[in-house]
Amino acid sequence: MKIGLDVGSTTIKCVVLSEKNEILYNTYERHFSQITSKIAEILSSVRENVPGADKAAVAISGSAGMGVAETCGIDFIQEVYATKVAAATFIPGTDVIIELGGEDAKILFLSGGMEVRMNGTCAGGTGAFIDQMATLLNVPLEELNDLAASYEKTYTIASRCGVFAKTDIQPLLNQGARKADIAESIFLAVVTQTIAGLAQGRKIEGKVVYLGGPLTFMEQLRKRFDKVLGISGICPENSLYYVAAGAALCAESSVEFDEIIQKVENYRGDGSFAYNPPLFESKEEYDTFKARHAKVTVKRGELAGYKGNVYIGMDAGSTTVKTVVLGEENELLYSQYQSNSGNPVPIIKSFLEKIYEINPNVKIAAGAVTGYGEEIIKNAFKVDFGIVETVAHFTAAKKFMPDVQFVIDIGGQDIKCFKIHNGAIDNIFLNEACSSGCGSFLQTFANALSYPIEKFSQIGLFAKHPVDLGSRCTVFMNSSVKQAQKYGATIEDISAGLSISVVKNALYKVIRAGSPDELGRKIVVQGGTFLNDAVLRAFEKEMGAEVVRPEISGLMGAFGASLYAKENSKGKSTMIGKSELESFEHKITVANCGLCENNCRLTINTFAGGGKFIGGNRCERPVTHRANDNSLNIYNYKLNLLKSYMKSEGSRGKIGIPLGLNMFELLPFWNSFFTSLDFGIEASPVSDSKLYQRGHQTIPSDTVCFPAKLMHGHVQSLIDSEIKTIFYPCLSYNLDEDLGDNHYNCPVVAYYPEVISANMPDVQKITFIKEYLGIHRKKDFPIKAYEALSKYFSDITLKEVKKAAKAAYAEYEAYMAKIRAKGDEIIAKAEKDGKQIFVLAGRPYHIDPEINHGIDTLIGSFGVAIISEDVISPRVKRFKTTVLNQWTYHSRLYAAAKYIGTRKDMNLVQLVSFGCGVDAITTDEVREILEKNGKIYTQIKIDEITNLGAVKIRIRSLLAAIAAQK
Amino acid sequence: MAKLIYDKGGRLIFTKEMKKDYTILLPMMAPIQFKMIQNVFLHYGYNAVLLDTSGPEIAQAGLKYVHNDTCYPALLVIGQFIDALQSGKYDLNRTALMITQTGGGCRASNYIHLLRKALVKAGFEKIPVISLNLSGLEKNSGFSLTLPMLRRIIASLVYGDTLMLLHNQVKPYEVNQGESQKLVEYYTEKLSNGFNKGMGIKAKQISQNLDEIAKAFSEIIVVKTPKVKVGVVGEIYVKYARLGNNDLESFLANEGCEVCVPGIMGFSLFKVDNRLEDIKLYGGSKIKYRIVKILMDYLTKMETMMIASTAKYGFTPPGEYAHTKTLVKDVIGYGSKMGEGWLLTAEMLELTETGYENIVCTQPFGCLPNHICGKGMIRKIKSIDERANIVAIDYDPGAPRVNQENRIKLMLAVAKERLTSQPKTEKTHKKLEHSSEKRTNKEVVGA
Repeated sequence: MKIGLDVGSTTIKCVVLSEKNEILYNTYERHFSQITSKIAEILSSVRENVPGADKAAVAISGSAGMGVAETCGIDFIQEVYATKVAAATFIPGTDVIIELGGEDAKILFLSGGMEVRMNGTCAGGTGAFIDQMATLLNVPLEELNDLAASYEKTYTIASRCGVFAKTDIQPLLNQGARKADIAESIFLAVVTQTIAGLAQGRKIEGKVVYLGGPLTFMEQLRKRFDKVLGISGICPENSLYYVAAGAALCAESSVEFDEIIQKVENYRGDGSFAYNPPLFESKEEYDTFKARHAKVTVKRGELAGYKGNVYIGMDAGSTTVKTVVLGEENELLYSQYQSNSGNPVPIIKSFLEKIYEINPNVKIAAGAVTGYGEEIIKNAFKVDFGIVETVAHFTAAKKFMPDVQFVIDIGGQDIKCFKIHNGAIDNIFLNEACSSGCGSFLQTFANALSYPIEKFSQIGLFAKHPVDLGSRCTVFMNSSVKQAQKYGATIEDISAGLSISVVKNALYKVIRAGSPDELGRKIVVQGGTFLNDAVLRAFEKEMGAEVVRPEISGLMGAFGASLYAKENSKGKSTMIGKSELESFEHKITVANCGLCENNCRLTINTFAGGGKFIGGNRCERPVTHRANDNSLNIYNYKLNLLKSYMKSEGSRGKIGIPLGLNMFELLPFWNSFFTSLDFGIEASPVSDSKLYQRGHQTIPSDTVCFPAKLMHGHVQSLIDSEIKTIFYPCLSYNLDEDLGDNHYNCPVVAYYPEVISANMPDVQKITFIKEYLGIHRKKDFPIKAYEALSKYFSDITLKEVKKAAKAAYAEYEAYMAKIRAKGDEIIAKAEKDGKQIFVLAGRPYHIDPEINHGIDTLIGSFGVAIISEDVISPRVKRFKTTVLNQWTYHSRLYAAAKYIGTRKDMNLVQLVSFGCGVDAITTDEVREILEKNGKIYTQIKIDEITNLGAVKIRIRSLLAAIAAQK
Repeated sequence: MAKLIYDKGGRLIFTKEMKKDYTILLPMMAPIQFKMIQNVFLHYGYNAVLLDTSGPEIAQAGLKYVHNDTCYPALLVIGQFIDALQSGKYDLNRTALMITQTGGGCRASNYIHLLRKALVKAGFEKIPVISLNLSGLEKNSGFSLTLPMLRRIIASLVYGDTLMLLHNQVKPYEVNQGESQKLVEYYTEKLSNGFNKGMGIKAKQISQNLDEIAKAFSEIIVVKTPKVKVGVVGEIYVKYARLGNNDLESFLANEGCEVCVPGIMGFSLFKVDNRLEDIKLYGGSKIKYRIVKILMDYLTKMETMMIASTAKYGFTPPGEYAHTKTLVKDVIGYGSKMGEGWLLTAEMLELTETGYENIVCTQPFGCLPNHICGKGMIRKIKSIDERANIVAIDYDPGAPRVNQENRIKLMLAVAKERLTSQPKTEKTHKKLEHSSEKRTNKEVVGA
């Protein structure tokens, strides 16, 4: 008899096998992180239920079982390996196993060269991810599956990590997308992620077996896998127990049963986890702290019977909806704080009804709305004002501290902070997609450990050794918690540790502050998360400063909105009245826009009374039915100019060029080079999501930047269109523009052809030219290029190549000159019209619409002119930077930042591709250069999918700040 | 405090006056090699201290003062410096820092600048930072890398690499635990003392010393039980530094593995060779080529001696650079030079060839060159040599050890299964058997 235990991130599975490998007993239980006591409990019940079990051999598997196994001297079997052993025994002939667990995703290829693949540390698409998504949709897990069954359409959702997906789903919810469609989209995301991330080009075929919780419980998820893979996989009986059974099969040493139970019960870990000092040393300390913060109160009044004008403030946030009613003396008459169950419209409706119920004669003089749901609420209820969140929060903070220098708001999904300079918002920090795990993370964790959130954070206040969880993303934190538990951290320590990590995340990831002096001493903290005393304390301790937390910390956005409404009221609100509320109706339809190649999926909300709101659009075209005015948008110009180089004819044959990364600037060079040699050129088409899908399963590193990932799709699309020769050279060096200490390309741009060549199977079928060429050495280039190309084309001559090189350099210069000329023209026009000029700075490939997600058009819609960094970088002479200035593209950023310092009408917005390691250096330097000259730095992080809502907040806040500075 | 002198660009210079009584802190990477290099600095009148600190507060300090998306080695090295400066152990008026600077196209060339930024942020702007480089990037009046020093540093790498290799090959099998470690310590001291007297630097002496060392290790009594053989490659810092890789070597030792970590000499040869390759690929000065070639030949000569001595006493010698290089012909271009470049790919192939086919490929999270030559090449390596059993592990301040170890255990589970099921018939494994035969006279049967 053999016993196997599978200790996973959320559950423990136990299997007892007979000598004939029949399952005699099995059990599946959630452990709520009480791993050791649960194991002891399970083992005790095994002994009671299975006679003779106490003489069995025992082995433990599962990621959370490692520590216990080590300490108790029980054999540990790696879980993927255990699965493999179990499958070989129970389902012989299996070709592929797909197993999704709580936090892991695995694919095992058993036949034809065994290989095991496991998700990296930065990969979602697992059970925990599905859990999080269900929480976000506010449905129980089982219902998610039922919902998905009745889907009609799917949306693209990133599943790389839960945080990313949230930022995709939230806008969908706010726009009114159907939950059924979102549910199925979540499954699709998981499937895509698993296949792309783990199979990496290896075909999944033959006898495919589905294992693990999510695939066992969710039929719809299995169906999705079947559909995408074009197979029909099996989910065997006992699919939850394969790891445990595998462990049992591997168990060799039988151990004294009582001893194990006792050992496991006594297992406490050695306490060797990293920890922080306690939040509070004593009860007294806590009481003083409480008393200090209790003083920050707001004036109150009664809504019932209130005779004066009232002002409505609403904050439709990502996870909660906050609403207030303000009186003439700025007194708070009424407020609500509710969780946003996916759709803010009914919540606002019932809030307004409630107001009329409490005070039927209420005189609403104005209303303002802010937050993610601003636009839909504004349209649904004809609200007077929609304001950007930063402005709302600043307005509210000023009421509590007129000379406030720094405001930080940590909400469910967002961290928003800004500095106040000369009474205006300056220097906005918003959390980027990867570090979003703030308030809702605490919530999810509390749920997972089955604590109410209030109780959960409370128990951390007096923890002796708050766990040090680092300051990265939530996926990592989950695992850090697991590790700490392994070494014996208590729930108290974990609770406190999570609160501290929220603060550290905000301070070091988002704000990048070293000390309070950088932020100013006058700090107002707000947002629902700061109602949590542990978080508040952690913040004060980390900053070494006492801060102000208003009593209505969670309501500040709404409070600010109501103050704004009051200041700007024209006496009578435009909001719909009591009778219109009664007949209020909200209809949602989904449609594809089809007015341009983006073909955005639109959610059209119509409201009784004629209100209409379209969501999901990247531009105003579906709303106004007018083409976008791109005359002052250089991104648009650049892309169109580049398109004129995409094709040429020649008698020597056709050469394909993938239009990605540095080709976005060098296409004119190579086009002219090869055309001169009498080759024809065909560039791959401008990126779209279909093109990306074509190559994404061959990407070997899931943490490389999205522009590089897109390259796979470009090369594949060339091969698919029967191109036989592809030219994509390696370039360590770029052209020297004499702006920096050196003129490298970044390692990814320089050598990505190597990755393409080594990982795309179809490349073997064609001639793939990835020679190392030195375009930086104008004189040597033709000679070396001749040597390199002679290997492929025996008939070309050095003379021809010399001529071609000359033409190539000339065309490149001409291309760059055209861009600069257009830029100058835009600047002149903007100067004449008195418009703001935004320098949308990044890399040449950021003009790719699939990479920039139409951010250029979005910014343009605010009536500003857009130029790129290369227009103004030649206006600056080489200067000393504090970092080593060694990449050509990045030197342009520094030069552009320097130049902007001399102009009142210019501001810089830097586009940063997620995963760009080089930008960890450039962003700080660009910020420094700008701030030295009193300029505001704005950064937008972009990836496969981008939250345009957050981009809007940034741009609107920046515009508000520019306006205030004037 | 010495008088603070700045260059034209505002950089604080390490002056001659500072050389007299300043302590120079060095970050730790590969313990054996760095200890010897520290001794070289001490001998030449620099009061060098090698920082061997560890603990979570180092990463915390790094996170606080360096952009969090910067690679992990920068966070750790800078965190270690700042943690040391804040510890109160060093007189802040008499302390300088030293850091290497390569000048390559990777982010690593910027570490020194990030360090200076961090120092300003932490209030240590009066601490001078010395750049240790061969490219003439930054100069300091109080520090110069003289030829005698350079020769001793190269010798340190030669000896250090050899000691590391022998230690790794003997320790898992030694009967009296700790013997090989004792030899490492003994020779580190002996060789350093030799340097100070001008001994052990000339080729002939080096060759003799290497022979003596290899012989000494071969005399340690061992029991040859079959063990999983694991190669460790990756970004240079996380590959060698315990602080960076959560003490990977100890973890593997506890799992009962024999470990092979390719040495720093191979990396040095690679970096020098890159300059030659650049000229070959893109054109350049012939004179420069010849000068670099002299250095290349010198290093190659050292390498040849390391191989000869270790092979003579039955050990698996370090891979020969020239041979390693041929392994990636048609796999990845020689122009791929940033970070560890093609060498990383080549080392994985070389390890597979010599029986260390179970490989941990370490890199900082988001390491740019390793997207190409590490993770980007694993698929290709497996198609060339199907024995390769590679796991890529990312290191960063948030990446939990439990996940890393779990993934390594998966790789080891496959390795262990192969170890028990496969007879040792592959010819490339012969070297090992050959070596154990030679050493049977010293083995204790059944111990």
